[in-house]
Amino acid sequence: MSALAKIRETFRRDQVFDFVNKQDYSRVDTSHGQILYVEDVSVSFDGFKAINELNFYIEVGELRCMIGPNGAGKTTMMDIITGKTRPDQGSVWFGQNINLLKMTEPEIAQAGVGRKFQKPTVFEHHDIFENLEMAMAGNKGVWSTFRARLSSEQHDQIASVMEIIGLSDCAKQRAGALSHGQKQWLEIGMLLMQNPKLLLVDEPVAGMTHQEMDKTGELLTSLAGEHSVVVVEHDMDFVRSIAKKVSVLHQGSILAEGSMDEVQNNQRVIEVYLGE
Amino acid sequence: MLSFVTKNRFLPVWLLGLCLLPALASATPPVGSDAFAQAVERLQVKSYKEREAAVAALISSQDERVKPVLEAMLNARLFYTKKDKITVIGIKTKDGFSITGVLDQKSLGNASKSQLKKIKVNNKLRRILRAGIAALTLSDPAPEVRLSAVKQMYGKLGNAGIQILTTHFETETDSKVREEIQTLLHIHDLSSDDRNTVLKAVAALSKSLHPEVRNKLELLKDSTDQEISAASGDALKHIQEQLAFYAKVKTAFFGLSLGSVLVLAAIGLAITFGVMGVINMAHGELIMLGAYTTYVIQQLMPQYIGMSLLVAIPAAFLVSGAVGILIERLVIRHLYGRPLETLLATFGISLILQQTVRTIFSPLNRSVETPQWMSGFLEINPALSLTYNRLYIILFCLLVFAVLFLVIKKTSLGLSVRAVSQNRAMARAMGIRASRVDALTFGLGSGIAGIAGVALSQITNVGPNMGQDYIIDSFMVVVFGGVGNLWGTLIGGFSLGIANKFMEPWAGAVLAKILVLVFIILFIQKRPRGLFPQKGRVN
Amino acid sequence: MFYMLKGDRGGQALLLLLSIAVVLVPVLNLVVPEGHALHVSTFTVTLLGKYLAFALLAVAVDLVWGYMGILSLGHGAFFALGGYAMGMYLMLQIGDRGVYGNPDLPDFMVFLNWQEVPWFWQGFDNFWFAMIMVALVPGLLAFVFGALAFRSRVTGVYLSIMTQALTYALMLAFFRNEMGFGGNNGLTDFKDILGFSLQSDSTRVALFIASAAALALGYLACRAIVVSRLGKVVVAIRDTEDRVRFIGYRVDHIKLAIFTFSAVLAGIAGALYVPQVGIINPGEFSPLRSIELVVWVAIGGRATLYGAVLGAFIVNYSKTYLTGAAPEVWLFALGALFVLVTLYLPNGLAGLSKKKEAAA
Ligand SMILES: Nc1ncnc2c1ncn2[C@@H]1O[C@H](COP(=O)(O)OP(=O)(O)OP(=O)(O)O)[C@@H](O)[C@H]1O
Ligand SMILES: [Mg+2]
Repeated sequence: MSALAKIRETFRRDQVFDFVNKQDYSRVDTSHGQILYVEDVSVSFDGFKAINELNFYIEVGELRCMIGPNGAGKTTMMDIITGKTRPDQGSVWFGQNINLLKMTEPEIAQAGVGRKFQKPTVFEHHDIFENLEMAMAGNKGVWSTFRARLSSEQHDQIASVMEIIGLSDCAKQRAGALSHGQKQWLEIGMLLMQNPKLLLVDEPVAGMTHQEMDKTGELLTSLAGEHSVVVVEHDMDFVRSIAKKVSVLHQGSILAEGSMDEVQNNQRVIEVYLGE
Repeated sequence: MLSFVTKNRFLPVWLLGLCLLPALASATPPVGSDAFAQAVERLQVKSYKEREAAVAALISSQDERVKPVLEAMLNARLFYTKKDKITVIGIKTKDGFSITGVLDQKSLGNASKSQLKKIKVNNKLRRILRAGIAALTLSDPAPEVRLSAVKQMYGKLGNAGIQILTTHFETETDSKVREEIQTLLHIHDLSSDDRNTVLKAVAALSKSLHPEVRNKLELLKDSTDQEISAASGDALKHIQEQLAFYAKVKTAFFGLSLGSVLVLAAIGLAITFGVMGVINMAHGELIMLGAYTTYVIQQLMPQYIGMSLLVAIPAAFLVSGAVGILIERLVIRHLYGRPLETLLATFGISLILQQTVRTIFSPLNRSVETPQWMSGFLEINPALSLTYNRLYIILFCLLVFAVLFLVIKKTSLGLSVRAVSQNRAMARAMGIRASRVDALTFGLGSGIAGIAGVALSQITNVGPNMGQDYIIDSFMVVVFGGVGNLWGTLIGGFSLGIANKFMEPWAGAVLAKILVLVFIILFIQKRPRGLFPQKGRVN
Repeated sequence: MFYMLKGDRGGQALLLLLSIAVVLVPVLNLVVPEGHALHVSTFTVTLLGKYLAFALLAVAVDLVWGYMGILSLGHGAFFALGGYAMGMYLMLQIGDRGVYGNPDLPDFMVFLNWQEVPWFWQGFDNFWFAMIMVALVPGLLAFVFGALAFRSRVTGVYLSIMTQALTYALMLAFFRNEMGFGGNNGLTDFKDILGFSLQSDSTRVALFIASAAALALGYLACRAIVVSRLGKVVVAIRDTEDRVRFIGYRVDHIKLAIFTFSAVLAGIAGALYVPQVGIINPGEFSPLRSIELVVWVAIGGRATLYGAVLGAFIVNYSKTYLTGAAPEVWLFALGALFVLVTLYLPNGLAGLSKKKEAAA
């Protein structure tokens, strides 16, 4: 890196106090039918372009599947949307009025973007109930969190989510003691508790049995409509079973987009998946 | 670029001196021993006039024994024995004099006062003698001797001195000596009655940094003569600018030397913390152990202070390195992946080490002697002289850095270290014995701390608390430079040292240090990974 | 009212002990005559009062370290700042009874030839103003430092080292005479507080009671945080900070609030400590002090709160005993304590009892 670039890096604006330019993210404006706009986004790590001029849009209520070989940039794409990684260029808008690139992770989450991680991460020292309680939508300011007491409806809500994720019997079990699959479910449960408008789900069925997969599929399809859902998955059968529209990500950009059949018959996709 | 230009300017001067050296040596005239003996004998005459002639003859004999005779005469220590009329130099003892023959320079034992007759001098003769001695020194073959002779004449220039210098100037070949003589003559001219001479001298001296020049110019500035006053004002201003520049250079030098102390203290930490990710709060105590090793070795070989320092370097490396390996094997090994616990445990170790040293060596500071070759200073010009111990520390720091850098980059240990630090599991799978590498790496970092202790023993007090003084600074340097990056540590240390020294004049030492700390605290908020962050995926 | 103590056996025991002590100690000191076997000397009362102040400090450290995972090496500084605020008030109460007999200026200022009390000493002759400062100054420092550090996500050992650097910088600053806090010698020779002589037994007992009350309240407050949803989030931050952000909590705000609150508690502890020991000097800022108090928490058991109290009492009692009996052994013992606790007792003494419970 040249000295000049280094100096620039040191004085990067986005690391300075940007509370000056706050924006209102209490209401998402989706009057044009689109909930997510990803336009012209690129990011590189030490010279390697992980995302390369990526463009795609998610409609309100849509269930979109994203597939692509390892290292295609799927997780990185989610990192960008949820504020974990800052892109080098491009824009990401939530609805028409919320610029996600200007927001921190919690602000994005509060605005209504929920995420399930590829590697299930739950709070291992807390029991299942507490995990869900913490994820529950509501005012998450310091004082409100301190004062928060569970109302009976909220109690019921947690109970019903535990029902959905099949963990009702072990509400008091420490999350750290759960199996991989159970952790996946718990993370999905936490996502449900957050009640986000847009769900980003990274490899939800890894480590699940076929029955559980079907259940997950049902769950995700039922969520679509009221919520918008983006699912990243390697399991083609699973994708086929739930997908209406599929996007293929390759080397950081969209290679093809369409129904599962269209995509599967796309010559370039076949090349990418089947070899050179 | 800048350094290149200055180098070029000094190069010819330096070359000139080198080329002329042999020529000068062969130009020394042969010794006229007969003339010398005759002149010495003539000194014993009664009349001062005769004696003046004798002194003149003595000087022109160009014998190398002349100078001591003149000096003895000036100091009223030249005698001749009443009995044999042998001219001798006498040194006062309890009862009488111990005498040495002038001609054969052999000791003749003791003589009582009554056996000797003093060769007397009057004021006129004294002036002649002084000038003679200066002139003789000026014809010494070694330019350094001539230079110091000229320097000694500042402020003591009589007319005779001027005479000698002016004549000597014609034949002087060494440019440095010439410059010095010229300055001297110009300073003399400043007090001249002729205003043209004064003006010329002022103009010529506007580059001189000699304090005498400043004093004289200050006086001349108040002169009633407008032109002289203005000229000296200008010259003074020019000189002040130069002085300010050299003061900056000096501060930078102090900063560099403080910086190298910081780098030395931190570089071991850059290995243990930076490469291995181990927080070793006992690092300061490993430095202390190195300093105490130096002390012990000096106690063991008191007659070889200079040598002992060289012996101490490997010894301190071994002592601190061994203690480091012990710490790693006994404690740190069990705490990998739990940095906060490591911090606490090693802090406990630091307390134990401190108290051990306190018990063995007493809580008082020990003094470690500085060898001859490290004292004194290198004079660049009258306004800038650099002390040797600071100079050596800077060099030593760079040397240690270079060696360590090569070890990490080029040796197989270094390769394993880097492999283990990047991916422990993978390195193990490739057959690297991670635990052995850990121990050796930690030993290396600790050993370097010991070496730092040797260097620090030369510039600060060696006491049980000395480690505490360096641990926070060391961490600051490593964190500021960027963890895991040796260059970062080097540059971080030097820049903090220089910043500190430049702030000291207006903020004071303590406040400067506080400001530097506060700066780093703020800097880390902005760039949590330091100046030169390590690359890689953060999760 | 005491919902926060539900299920906290250690806390219940602590509160019980404190209530008993608050009744018993004054009686044994003031009512039972000297010489009687049950008489508690004023010296002991003060010693206990000092330990109580330390226990409050330990609770404050446990809240940020045990629950939130921030190993603060700056709590000694917050403690000292609270102590200095109290010391400044006490200093101005001396009036003309100082060595120089100057009614307006504390002795050290007379010594430095100052003509008037500097601006930052204004108001400290008022007890309530001083008490506000006891909380405000450490709180503000923690707030500013924390706001910067947590925003830029400085965590782990980096944060520890930064807090240590902060403490060290403060120590250097307070050692300077020009700072106006008595330099090397600090503030001492206090005479009275709120008009009561600090030498009298009843004042000592009152200070003891105040310390016990402060510890009880501080404990309850920390406990209230810990059992709330906020407390759960705080522990979640300790374990998986990143994940907490993605469910919508402003991690930096939460950390900042807890850190600042904890610093205020430390400041209050300092303010209780100073009138009992009668001196505050820059030595309290030394990095050793800050790390030492971490080991109190470690040996008692982290993330239990009552363990911190236990640890503070055990370590400080040992210190009092050892520095009296065999001073050179103390640092060896403390050093060994650091090593042994981290290696063999990661959950502290409280962890031992828990293990036993689990086994039974
Ligand atoms: N922070 C980072 N630093 C360096 N490289 C990164 C970073 N994040 C991602 N990468 C690189 O970017 C590429 C894309 O990674 P990403 O995790 O997005 O892939 P993916 O599509 O999710 O793959 P998979 O299906 O295996 O999960 C990879 O080559 C990865 O090594
Ligand atoms: Mg992925």
